[in-house]
Amino acid sequence: MSMPECGARVLSYVDALREGITQEMARDPSVLLFGLDVDDHKAIQGSTRGLVDRFGPERVFGTPLSEDAMTGVAIGAAMTGLRPIHVHIRNDFLMLAMNQIVNVAAKAHSMYGGRVSVPLVIRSIIGKSWGQGAQHSQALYPLFMHVPGLKVVLPSTAHDAKGCMIAAIRDDNPVIFIEHRLLYFTETEVPEAPYAVEPGRARICAAGDAATVVGISNAARDCLRARALLQDTGITCEVIDPIWLSPLDTDTILASAARTKRLLVVDNGWTTCGAGAEIIARVLERAGPGAGIQVDRMGFAPTPCPTTPWLEADFYPQPERIARKVLCMVTGRDDDWTPNAAARQQSEDIAFKGPF
Amino acid sequence: MHPNRTDIARLYESLRLIRRVEEAIADVYPTDRIKSPIHLSIGQEAVSVGVIDTLAPADIVAASYRCHAAYLAKGGDLKAMIAELFGKAAGVAGGKGGSMHLIAPEVNMLGASAVVATQIPLAVGAALTQKMKGTGAIVAVFLGDGATEEGVFHESLNFAALKRLPVLFVCENNGYSIHTPLRARWATDRLTERVATYGLPAARIADGDVFAIRDQAAGFVASIRDGRGPAFMEVQTYRWKEHVGPNADFDAGYRPESEARPWIDNDQLPRLGALIDAEERAAIDARVETAIAEAFAFAEAASPPPLEDLLAHVHA
Repeated sequence: MSMPECGARVLSYVDALREGITQEMARDPSVLLFGLDVDDHKAIQGSTRGLVDRFGPERVFGTPLSEDAMTGVAIGAAMTGLRPIHVHIRNDFLMLAMNQIVNVAAKAHSMYGGRVSVPLVIRSIIGKSWGQGAQHSQALYPLFMHVPGLKVVLPSTAHDAKGCMIAAIRDDNPVIFIEHRLLYFTETEVPEAPYAVEPGRARICAAGDAATVVGISNAARDCLRARALLQDTGITCEVIDPIWLSPLDTDTILASAARTKRLLVVDNGWTTCGAGAEIIARVLERAGPGAGIQVDRMGFAPTPCPTTPWLEADFYPQPERIARKVLCMVTGRDDDWTPNAAARQQSEDIAFKGPF
Repeated sequence: MHPNRTDIARLYESLRLIRRVEEAIADVYPTDRIKSPIHLSIGQEAVSVGVIDTLAPADIVAASYRCHAAYLAKGGDLKAMIAELFGKAAGVAGGKGGSMHLIAPEVNMLGASAVVATQIPLAVGAALTQKMKGTGAIVAVFLGDGATEEGVFHESLNFAALKRLPVLFVCENNGYSIHTPLRARWATDRLTERVATYGLPAARIADGDVFAIRDQAAGFVASIRDGRGPAFMEVQTYRWKEHVGPNADFDAGYRPESEARPWIDNDQLPRLGALIDAEERAAIDARVETAIAEAFAFAEAASPPPLEDLLAHVHA
């Protein structure tokens, strides 16, 4: 997450996503994109804007509100030679598609002895802020990590949004591609030429030696903010973004944690049976009993997400709480440390007005 | 589409093959050579045979877990099918699918699916591919009456009609969802009428007549091939055996044997057998028996999958 070089091109996450899709659709006529409202004036928060004009309504179309059937349609199309991208405006809505995703897409290649494959990308967006509430804010990626046959990716930067999208479209397996709404506005350097951020490789976003902090999706950004908040204390943590949760790059996380002896995973979801639990278990299994790695995890409060902003703010593992957790892990102290005011202001999340 | 002697002999051979294969499966089942569930089509063969006879080789077939009839009628390999049931490496899916997941890409049969109604949108997706790629092929999907109660059936009809996709929906209405009869599941039995409101032609065949099934399918297939969008057929039929397994189950109390009697009397297999001359029939029957004997011997002798296959094919 270094600053872009002088003259390098900077794009927002949403523009990078759309560029990745556009380049793949231009390259490969078997790629098509559909989902409720992908062709309306809001264009899935801009991520599909212009696609129908460029590629036509045969390849880019809105669908009836039929997540179950449209997921099956996508799978059937994928089995017979197309490479569909099925788009959902919220991750929560994938619950309506679980039968097809879990019982068909994930299993087809194995269940049919390798005689068919399902090159399918299922996009969905995690909502946060402006009171998204219990049914528009969920981040249910551990459900998909649980099932063999699926790949799961949550890019946290514009660069990775484009690269992961290209990798997902080119992959011959069903890929659950989860975006975070608050990341849509963030910018990084994004090369114009197509490139793939390949499955199974984590990224060390910032180096450090006091603790290893793994953040998933938007939590990777929160971890970087927490790292900045801790600057005064002299504690420098290493921040790792796994990017792909299935397949998971345990090696990179293990190597870091074995060096720092402290591993904190900040989930962008609930901790019970979460990605953090899986990451910590894999690291400790591999490290062995003598490794002496101290572990902890953070995530959503164990409750459905409230709408009211007074409670919603506390539902999420905010950067300041992450920083305090790291401090506690490193020093053993659980005191009333607070970051300086300027750093704190910088760490505040992007806010936006709704209604949508 | 008046059937000539060649047509009748072809239909008879297909019916005969499916019936005898499934009888052979039922015979061997108590030996536990097949260690997974089987859902026999005995009594329902005319639906698959009549419909698939109207398709071209490039056309695609999708089916539920009760898939033996569709698989064989489409020309799926018998040896690979029996080897699959026996769990052998030479099976259609290397032993990983079994009876409920037969697949035959070489004859354009999609993999059969064992969660009721899941195959319906897959077939619609396959039809979307044919339309987008302009292949001219169409898709026929077989589903049971129980599948019509799933929401995805209605979602799939709507989308296929909306996009005028080349797909023929064929409901094999055998009156039971496992053991629960229609009268305990539907307020009215006007399924065909319900389906027509989605904006596609829909027809019911009530008597199980293989020629009537074939005629209706031929008309719909021609219309679909002309680009006039999907169609739906409800074919009433009857399952002679238990929902899953090799036995009759009239002693279980949920349906009387008298209910089966008209269907058994109306069995299309002897009906067609009587329409062809004895010498030709004997030749067909001998061919079928030889093929079955060879397939079971092949499956028996085939090797089990090696242990390393366990983790093969999780990802493509």
